[in-house]
Amino acid sequence: MLRLTSVVACYGGITALRGVSLHVDDGEIVTLIGANGAGKTTLLDTVSGLITPRSGTIHFLGGMINGVAPEKLVKAGMSHVPQGRQLFPDMTVYENLVLGAYQQSRRSKRLHLQGDLERVYATFPVLRERTTQMAGTLSGGEQQMLAIGRALMSRPRLLLLDEPSMGLAPLLVKEIFKVITSLHKQGTTVLLVEQNAKAALAIAQRGYVLETGGIVLEGTAHELMRNPAVQRAYLGKGYRSLIES
Amino acid sequence: MPIWNKRCETMGRAEMEQLQLERLQTTVNRAYRNVRFYHRKFAELGVEPEDIKSLDDIRSLPCTTKEDLRDAYPYEMFSVPLREIVRIHSSSGTTGRVTVVGYTKNDLRTWSELVARVISAAGVTKHDVVQITFGYGLFTGGFGLHYGAERVGASVIPVSAGNTERQIQIMQDFRTTALVGTPSYALHIAEVMEEMGVDRESVRLRVGLFGGEPSSERMRREIEQRLGILATDNYGLSEVMGPGVSGECEHKCGLHVNEDHFLVEVVDPETLDPVPAGAQGELMVTTLTKEGMPLLRYRTRDLTSLTAERCVCGRMNTRMRKVSGRTDDMLIVRGVNVFPSEIEAILFETEGVEPHYQIIVEREGALDQLTILVEVSREIATDRMSRLVELENKIKARMHSVIGITPKLKLVEPKTLERGHGKATRVVDKRSL
Repeated sequence: MLRLTSVVACYGGITALRGVSLHVDDGEIVTLIGANGAGKTTLLDTVSGLITPRSGTIHFLGGMINGVAPEKLVKAGMSHVPQGRQLFPDMTVYENLVLGAYQQSRRSKRLHLQGDLERVYATFPVLRERTTQMAGTLSGGEQQMLAIGRALMSRPRLLLLDEPSMGLAPLLVKEIFKVITSLHKQGTTVLLVEQNAKAALAIAQRGYVLETGGIVLEGTAHELMRNPAVQRAYLGKGYRSLIES
Repeated sequence: MPIWNKRCETMGRAEMEQLQLERLQTTVNRAYRNVRFYHRKFAELGVEPEDIKSLDDIRSLPCTTKEDLRDAYPYEMFSVPLREIVRIHSSSGTTGRVTVVGYTKNDLRTWSELVARVISAAGVTKHDVVQITFGYGLFTGGFGLHYGAERVGASVIPVSAGNTERQIQIMQDFRTTALVGTPSYALHIAEVMEEMGVDRESVRLRVGLFGGEPSSERMRREIEQRLGILATDNYGLSEVMGPGVSGECEHKCGLHVNEDHFLVEVVDPETLDPVPAGAQGELMVTTLTKEGMPLLRYRTRDLTSLTAERCVCGRMNTRMRKVSGRTDDMLIVRGVNVFPSEIEAILFETEGVEPHYQIIVEREGALDQLTILVEVSREIATDRMSRLVELENKIKARMHSVIGITPKLKLVEPKTLERGHGKATRVVDKRSL
């Protein structure tokens, strides 16, 4: 579904991705884990067309998408839930959701909008209760649900999630990840960027570890979870032995 | 025969190359960051990890030689702290100082998986009783095949090397169906069985998985006939992992390479340029998933060729031809390059000759002298002198036309040459250079 080959990309004049290759197959949850500043967000921004790669190629659903505008990619079936939600705080929940269907034609909206809204409300019942509330007044967890809900309005085949767990209490993290799993079960392919490696690896099939712009480990989620280097750096295990040595 | 990992062994080309590129870049990043040797080599060549943008870019990477590994003795090539290494093996050290390899937990899992693929390709299943005659210990042959066979679910008998009569006893009593070892040892077993007068019917053996040394097609046929089995070849070397790099399926038309874990190249051993598709050259292996000790472009010294043609078994991976010899086996006799594998091929296609020989190179005065000792069949050994002379002349003429020099030839009686229990000693170079 998605294939990156030797992608080099810059962010603020700094080379943030130094030749990254990865792929996401249809029906997978693939997670990209790494520390702050590793280039994870740059990678998602490059995939969704917000940043144009310096070199390398990105293929989505068989076609090359280097330099393709984000709105066209949304139309093609890609949805990006950016880091920090990026909602419109002074608009209502309903208005934010409808904006998620922004790129659809008037006709398509007339036909599908209600159904799409219903699907999102079914996934996140709390949003239905808050339809007329301003997005800025929602709790952190509700805002994250709204951000995902908005992305679902375009009925994506590939969902890009940038740190959905950020700033959320553990219980809410659990809930968000449950939702991601159920979206996946309904047929959405997911590329999940996370600092919370434990939660991400628990629901993903495969993963990549990004370090200063390069991938240093890849494998099944199972393999990565058992990898001592991953455990030490991202899962918080064995830090004691690190200090000893 | 069942394909052990259908997804990985029948993957389409484009998908495989994407996976290989991802893993190559990952390996390069780790080798560069964690192994001082590679960091230095990259700097010397002016290469950075991000220069690897395609699989072809591998040619800009440094090669790794056996010598490099010796210099790194014991742990300098490891890319993880020693506490993450759970197994240490070392090369068989047939020549010179030994080299050390380390495996992480994941590496061991991968190893079993890859050997399981090779074993399945040869047709071994959980219904088989597998007798392993490779040495256990530092050598990777025994343990490598052992865990792969267990993964498949076969009943494994870890006899280890040596004590041939006991091996045969166990083979009969335990109803062994699959034999694992070197091809020369398999032949030795066949011989001892004939000597002991073992009834073929009392042996259930049906398949053999052979590796660890180069061998010829003739040798394979000999093993198949004398033991009444299907003899398959598999390949690996401890430096990059051990057995499990590649193995033959029942069609015996080249060894299927586990390309999702190893990137193979065949190059001219002198210039290191890639040889044309299908041509013979030296095999270079880059590990794609090894964590403990990733190796880039390891020069195996093994001579082979690659083919991308589809195999009828359904596996889609590249195949390598049975390794026929080694670049460092090459003897220079009176200025002529002589490969022992060529000599073996000539001997084995000659009627009346047994598959046991020894090549001796000596210096008489200033002149190199090549002597070949070869066993002849009992029938010929007891025949008239003229037949022996006839045979000798025939072989000499062949040698002259193929390798360019006429060796001294000594035809000896059957079973007079020393038998190795592991890798056979085929070449003795007595020159002090």
